[in-house]
Amino acid sequence: MSFYRNLTIRQKQILWAWAFLALPVLFYTVIRFYPTGNAILISFQDWNLLGARTWVGWENYIKLWHDEVFWVVFRNTFAYLLLGTPISLLISFVIAYHLDKVRFAHGFLRMLYFLPFMTSAVAMAWVWRWFYQGVPIGLFNNVLAGFGIAQIEFLGSTETALPSVLAPAIWAGLGFQVIIFMAGLRAIPTSYYEAARIDGVGWFTILTQITIPLLRSTIVFIVVFSSIGFLRIFDHVFNMTTNNPGGPLNSTKPLVLMIYDTAFNSFDMGYAAAQTVVLFLILLVVSLIQLRLLRST
Amino acid sequence: MSATESLKPTTAGLMDAASGTSKPRNMGQILRWLVLFFGGILMVMPIIYMISTSLKWPHEVYNVNLIPDEPTIENYTYVLEDGRFYMWFINSAIIATATTISNLLFDSLVGYTLCKFKFPGRTLVFIAILSTLMIPTEMLVIPWYLMSQQFGWLDSYWGIMFPGLMTGFGTFLMKQFFESVPDDFIEAARIDGLNELQIWWTVAMPLVKPALAALAIFVFLGNWTAFLWPLIVTNSTEMYTIPVGLSGFGDEADVAWELIMTGAAISTLPTLIFFLIFQRFIIRGVVMAGLKG
Repeated sequence: MSFYRNLTIRQKQILWAWAFLALPVLFYTVIRFYPTGNAILISFQDWNLLGARTWVGWENYIKLWHDEVFWVVFRNTFAYLLLGTPISLLISFVIAYHLDKVRFAHGFLRMLYFLPFMTSAVAMAWVWRWFYQGVPIGLFNNVLAGFGIAQIEFLGSTETALPSVLAPAIWAGLGFQVIIFMAGLRAIPTSYYEAARIDGVGWFTILTQITIPLLRSTIVFIVVFSSIGFLRIFDHVFNMTTNNPGGPLNSTKPLVLMIYDTAFNSFDMGYAAAQTVVLFLILLVVSLIQLRLLRST
Repeated sequence: MSATESLKPTTAGLMDAASGTSKPRNMGQILRWLVLFFGGILMVMPIIYMISTSLKWPHEVYNVNLIPDEPTIENYTYVLEDGRFYMWFINSAIIATATTISNLLFDSLVGYTLCKFKFPGRTLVFIAILSTLMIPTEMLVIPWYLMSQQFGWLDSYWGIMFPGLMTGFGTFLMKQFFESVPDDFIEAARIDGLNELQIWWTVAMPLVKPALAALAIFVFLGNWTAFLWPLIVTNSTEMYTIPVGLSGFGDEADVAWELIMTGAAISTLPTLIFFLIFQRFIIRGVVMAGLKG
């Protein structure tokens, strides 16, 4: 201990800091950074888990570029993003905007909207999958039949399957977005509204000139956060299409499901790793574009 | 819901005044409430139907009625009978709890160190941890799998847990909250002769309890519902977590929908009940974590 006693206060601080950080730094190095590098490395190799690892250069990426399934998957992944993000943004804003103006049973209403966020994606995927079944099983088609409307195939048709899988994903995330929007609305100083009131400005002008511009940082957060979620969609798709993962005819298959299939059903590790690198780049580029667009305008 | 709720500044009053005369306003308010109410009911419908169906006899399952004619807990006894759901439930509970404790300790320790200590390498460590937020889990699952295979971690609690024991998100969140702990408190404790570990644990940690609670909620919920990694790393039924177990259970050929709904209810009800008890607290936590994290 005499060694410790002889240190200056600043040296003791440095020692304590690194003592606190030793284990975490080891963790982040071994469990985060090393695997990141390893994934990139494997993406340049051909390896089926059993045989030898051979260096193949860009071959996995070239194969991906020429893979017809990849382009279907690419289109699907962006369909989830381009449908999911605006729809959930719009719905959650409308709910939050109105919920913010309601005082009677406010907490109760907020609870109703937030509750789906606390559910498990796998459990609710199965519930929605049941809703989507044909008569006499599925709820939606039973209701449609009750009104004498033609049946919808939902998960069975290549046209409706993707939106049907997307719906519960949007549904589950709405509550979170509503809560964040309401926090953003509360943070707008009431003096702005008072000034608008004195000027006799209508609600629409207040909405477009005061509320939305002042919510910019909230909107940026929600757009980026939910986009990352939709680009990484997996749980819902996997569980709603277990009989034919990503089907029918790959019409619901997102990139993460393709990665899972390639790595853990075909054991084509190099090819799967290349797909994960592409996923990473997509996430990075989409986030950067969104931040650039939403911050500057 | 309560007095404190109405004390919060809603924009309601001001907006009402801005929108003109009083009669249409009241009508508008009532209409707004009703639409929000029915919208809210629609939102919880899938959950209600899940619970309702789990309480129905097989012959009643395909009726759209919400309240079962003769409610029964038969489905629950059937599903729990062979012990699998019981096992998966325990697995998930252990994993989610252990991961939460680990995150609370390490994320706050690292956040605290990065916030309150001056030492060479601080910026580097901070940026390094922050940059892990940009790496998607999906990119790491293949190397993690290979690592688990090499070290014999496949199909074990440790194998399921190790990737999530610390998170950049939690570290960043805690760092933000430690900013609000005055340096004077820490200095005073130092003069009183506490060592740095004691200062962190007895002085700083109690001051960020709300943030710890917010982090705990996120980590627990995240691990309770986690699917992709547990699906990859487990392969024996005994090691499944509840989402992985439920997914396989639903896929078994002879399993009827009311039993799947029962399994879904078993996996979802704990977090729902937890939410109903600590509602206000959780919503505050979510906002805190969402805005600061």
